[in-house]
Amino acid sequence: MSRFEVVRTGASASDSIPVTQKNVSHRKEPPNPSAAALQRQFSSAIKRVEVIWGETVIYVDAASVKQIIRWLHDDQSQRYDFLSDVTAVEYRDAEVPIEVVWHLRSLPFRRFLRIKAQLPKGTSLEIDSVYDIYRSADWLERECYDMFGIRFNGHPDLRRLLMWESYKEGYPLRKDFPLRGRFSRSEQLRQALAQNPEARYSMEELTIADAFAELPEDMRQRLNKGERTGE
Amino acid sequence: MSRRTIEVELSTSGLDAQGRPQRVPLVTNDGGTAVAVEPPPGVEPDLEGEHMLINLGPQHPATHGVLRLVLELDGETVVRCIPHIGYLHCGFEKIGEYRQYNQIICWTDREDYLNSIGNNVAFALGAERLFGIEITERCKVLRVIASELSRIMSHLVWLGTFCIDIGAFTPFLWAFQRREEIYRLIEKWVGARLTTSATRVGGMAADIPSGWMDGLRQFNRTFPHTLDEIDRVLTRNAIWVGRTVGLGVMTPDEAINWGLSGPMLRASGVDYDVRKDFPYLDYETYDFEVPVGTNGDVYDRYLVRFEELRQSVRILQQAADRLPDGPVNIDDPRIILPPKSKATSEMESMIHHFKVVMEGPRPPIGESYVAVESPKGEKGYYMVSDGTAKPVRWRIRPPSFVNLAAIPKMVEGHLLSDVIAINASIDIVMGEIDR
Repeated sequence: MSRFEVVRTGASASDSIPVTQKNVSHRKEPPNPSAAALQRQFSSAIKRVEVIWGETVIYVDAASVKQIIRWLHDDQSQRYDFLSDVTAVEYRDAEVPIEVVWHLRSLPFRRFLRIKAQLPKGTSLEIDSVYDIYRSADWLERECYDMFGIRFNGHPDLRRLLMWESYKEGYPLRKDFPLRGRFSRSEQLRQALAQNPEARYSMEELTIADAFAELPEDMRQRLNKGERTGE
Repeated sequence: MSRRTIEVELSTSGLDAQGRPQRVPLVTNDGGTAVAVEPPPGVEPDLEGEHMLINLGPQHPATHGVLRLVLELDGETVVRCIPHIGYLHCGFEKIGEYRQYNQIICWTDREDYLNSIGNNVAFALGAERLFGIEITERCKVLRVIASELSRIMSHLVWLGTFCIDIGAFTPFLWAFQRREEIYRLIEKWVGARLTTSATRVGGMAADIPSGWMDGLRQFNRTFPHTLDEIDRVLTRNAIWVGRTVGLGVMTPDEAINWGLSGPMLRASGVDYDVRKDFPYLDYETYDFEVPVGTNGDVYDRYLVRFEELRQSVRILQQAADRLPDGPVNIDDPRIILPPKSKATSEMESMIHHFKVVMEGPRPPIGESYVAVESPKGEKGYYMVSDGTAKPVRWRIRPPSFVNLAAIPKMVEGHLLSDVIAINASIDIVMGEIDR
């Protein structure tokens, strides 16, 4: 009848029932046991460990992020198998580097960990993708690229996700991006009206490119002139 | 591997008198992939192997909003699916950086608008972690009631629209009728139906009015009857089973790796519920079960969500019985507004009122990620504070965004008509996906 066995996670697998955290102190909670294990395993790549409101934050070297996350995912004593979120934080202070943040969960051990890598401003914002470890990183990394312009090396399809491909105003969640957008309202309106709606249908998707030569002569001419259909 | 059998009722439409299926295939093959009908040899040879592209949405009613799917079809079988989102993008996270914490609560209503009061609770919990606030016992129970009511509302909308997508109309009406009752309750409580903004940092916008609990108890008594009715109409219905079994299968490992959460993950047989594993609001003290599927298909997602409705009623009953007396809001004039009568009569309260409204409460430097079990899955709010009254970064971890990212994996190899069923089973809200 059933196809697979039920995977028991923390609460149902162990005897101890987790309880709601109460009276969490600002910076005095004990760190997650994975922090010490990480410091043993990757001594130099772990820059700093902080505990804020009971959540362990690990600042790691940007170059070895992927290696560290892969170890956390694969190692039998850690088993961080669930990637909750990939995002970035830019601070109001222009001197502070941009941080890329991964929120990891270990379902078997019921642990939560926040990994941070700092990317100094003024450099090319690039970091390794964790797409081959977690497939959930696909859209999360694309959104992060879309909103912050951080390039995830190794992501197979790093395109804009929420904004459109021809969006020219930059990366909306950066602090130098004004709340109303970079362009004036009239310029935004002008661009919107000048948009070719067909441009959102990429040639690759619709495979018109292959069949272009076979289209009727008048249609080819109209497409060449950039005419929109339905007019 | 054995073939999965579900006992269907003979009296439902879709079966003839001998119990043979009429048109609807009752059994899919075991791999979870639909059988692609091979064109008979010699018929239209020039069409063989030719793929067709169709564009589903963004204005199609079955896409539950403005989702656009570009589907490459071989006959009727989906070979490739490319989702496009972003049509509803309004920059919630950017706006949040320009608002005080209590003002952001109004934005959380609009994001997953079927679960607005649940989002309010989730955001308030995240902000309270950031402020280091412990809320009162009465507030905790009220928030549990709010989250479970909104879970029921959200699941009822999901159930109704799922029925419409697959072709059943009557359960939609039953579900929306009961949802209306909850909206009346919510309206009595906070004055709004859809955009509730029910919570504040450190408490609630309002305590429940007198007599409100009777309405809730009445709902708890009668709602299971509606569930029984819907159950009788759908669960063993031949068409329903034929349209849902074996579709969009995700194995447990895949589901975890693709980051699915909520009923999607549990239908795949992973027993993970934020309320149990990372409890908040004292959920560990409530007696409820977490339903887990074992096949990971659309039918199991239906069963899991349906059972969650019953469990939510159980939680509501317990919460209604234990609601303690006492204050709803914490006693801290730097965070909570004074009562209106005092603000207009006492000098000190007026100053507090002015400071809270104009400057806003300030959390210490720090950050917090608080996840709750929303009806769609793990909903997280990540907030970073630099000590000012407005967050540096307010990040929403949208569950249906991550769940929807797996749709190419789920629909490939299935028929075009099954795309609608699979898409409906994800329970997406585009307001939350695009934000």
